[in-house]
Amino acid sequence: MLTVTRLKRTFNKEKTGFQNINFSVDTGEVIGILGTSGCGKSTLLRVLSGLDPYYEGKITTDNSDHKNIGMMFQEPRLLPWLSVKTNISFGLPKEERKTNRYQTYLDLVGLSGFENHFPKDLSGGMAQRTAIARALITNPDVLLLDEPFSALDAFTKMQLQDLLLSIWQKKKTTMILVTHDIDEALYLCDRIFILKGQPGEVFGEVHVEKTKPRTRGDAYLSKQKAHILNLLNVQQRAAGGEA
Amino acid sequence: MISETQKWKVIERAVANTSAPDLFKKGRTMVLGSILPFLLLILWELAARAGVLAPHLLPAPSLILEKIIHMQKDGSLYAHVSVTFTRVCIGFAIGTAAAVIIGAVVGYAKTAEQLFDPLLQAFRSIPSLAWVPLFILWMGIGEPSKITLIAVGVFFPVYLNIVAGIQGVDRKLIEVGKIYQLSPFQLTKRIILPAALPSFMTGMRSGLGLGWMFVVAAELMGASEGLGYLLVVGQNTYSPDTVIASILLFAVLGKVTDALLKWIEFRSLKWQDSMNNQA
Repeated sequence: MLTVTRLKRTFNKEKTGFQNINFSVDTGEVIGILGTSGCGKSTLLRVLSGLDPYYEGKITTDNSDHKNIGMMFQEPRLLPWLSVKTNISFGLPKEERKTNRYQTYLDLVGLSGFENHFPKDLSGGMAQRTAIARALITNPDVLLLDEPFSALDAFTKMQLQDLLLSIWQKKKTTMILVTHDIDEALYLCDRIFILKGQPGEVFGEVHVEKTKPRTRGDAYLSKQKAHILNLLNVQQRAAGGEA
Repeated sequence: MISETQKWKVIERAVANTSAPDLFKKGRTMVLGSILPFLLLILWELAARAGVLAPHLLPAPSLILEKIIHMQKDGSLYAHVSVTFTRVCIGFAIGTAAAVIIGAVVGYAKTAEQLFDPLLQAFRSIPSLAWVPLFILWMGIGEPSKITLIAVGVFFPVYLNIVAGIQGVDRKLIEVGKIYQLSPFQLTKRIILPAALPSFMTGMRSGLGLGWMFVVAAELMGASEGLGYLLVVGQNTYSPDTVIASILLFAVLGKVTDALLKWIEFRSLKWQDSMNNQA
């Protein structure tokens, strides 16, 4: 459904960014892109989303126009002058913005009753819920998520991970999730690409062969985590008693 | 999903934001703000009556009030005020419109900025009153030269604020628009202009202030009607009450129009997460 061949985008005389990225994503798959900071994972997402047009290589999609993508950022990026409902409808064509199509998605993310609030009155988690609804309302072929929960506290983060999972179970949206949180990747993704180096390259691919929903921190996931830490070469510091 | 306490908190906050401010609180602010002006007025009146202040230099407030009431009765008050007010309004409208159009283009398009901005900045450094002789030469001492002068005065603060507002729009919000493939026009209309609204309002308010300043200059340079003309008349006929009366009227008009803009600003910027909007 989405295939990337020899994708390359570098900055600072080829010292940062990423290069030689090849992978393909099937419909309904949840792909994780994991890596330490500075390995170009956010840049990869910006290239895939079309925000950064200066790349080399090829991105091919089933839909030849490669237009229908949804994107969620680290911050909610709501438009502060629009209410929750108009923020959700933002990406719709003009005629549909006036309808109550937002209602389904408002309910989906659990914000019923808050449609007329302004973003300034929302908590961080609620703002990010609104952003999820906004990204989903256009029925994107691929939903790109750029560390979407990294700014949230641990509990809200888990709630929103579960929300994302339940949305995936309902809609089977194809997702590409960039994250630096190994547990998050293991909890949500079917396949995880490990990015490493400067510029970053795919260093390893981890299949998570466990049906969702998974139990956080069960033995299989812990084993995978140790494996990933090993790949990232940080196991001495972080794995501690778990391995 | 979301916990009940959190829901309750958010609703509380929103309700507090939208409900009218406590009448008592509002009254208190008004009373506190009027203590000093009233004290000064009483002191001034007493000093004038006691003969400390010479009446041909600084007449008592009651005399000035009498003058205004007298002008109101013979109809000249309305005539002067409406002439001045109309001049400011037309000049303000022309200046703001020009600033919005040029400012939007310069703020959005890099080439337009490189093309226009140096010239406009050069014009800005000319003290606007220096234009007076030229405008009179070109357009005579009629309405056009006065309105042009006011428009020039209003133009610059509005223009500068719009350009700064547009250039200061968060790149992150613009990216949201780009994700949805908005055209440059849609991007301007749906993201850039609303995001630049706060600084546009600031520009309008300082522009209006300058508009009132320049109407005085315009009317001092030759007019047969208007509050500025009253100032000249007062000076030439040794009547400080006329001068102070028109100063007072300027103050009231300036304050009222600014309060109007401030109200519009408050209404249109309710979404802002600022000190003013706190519960």
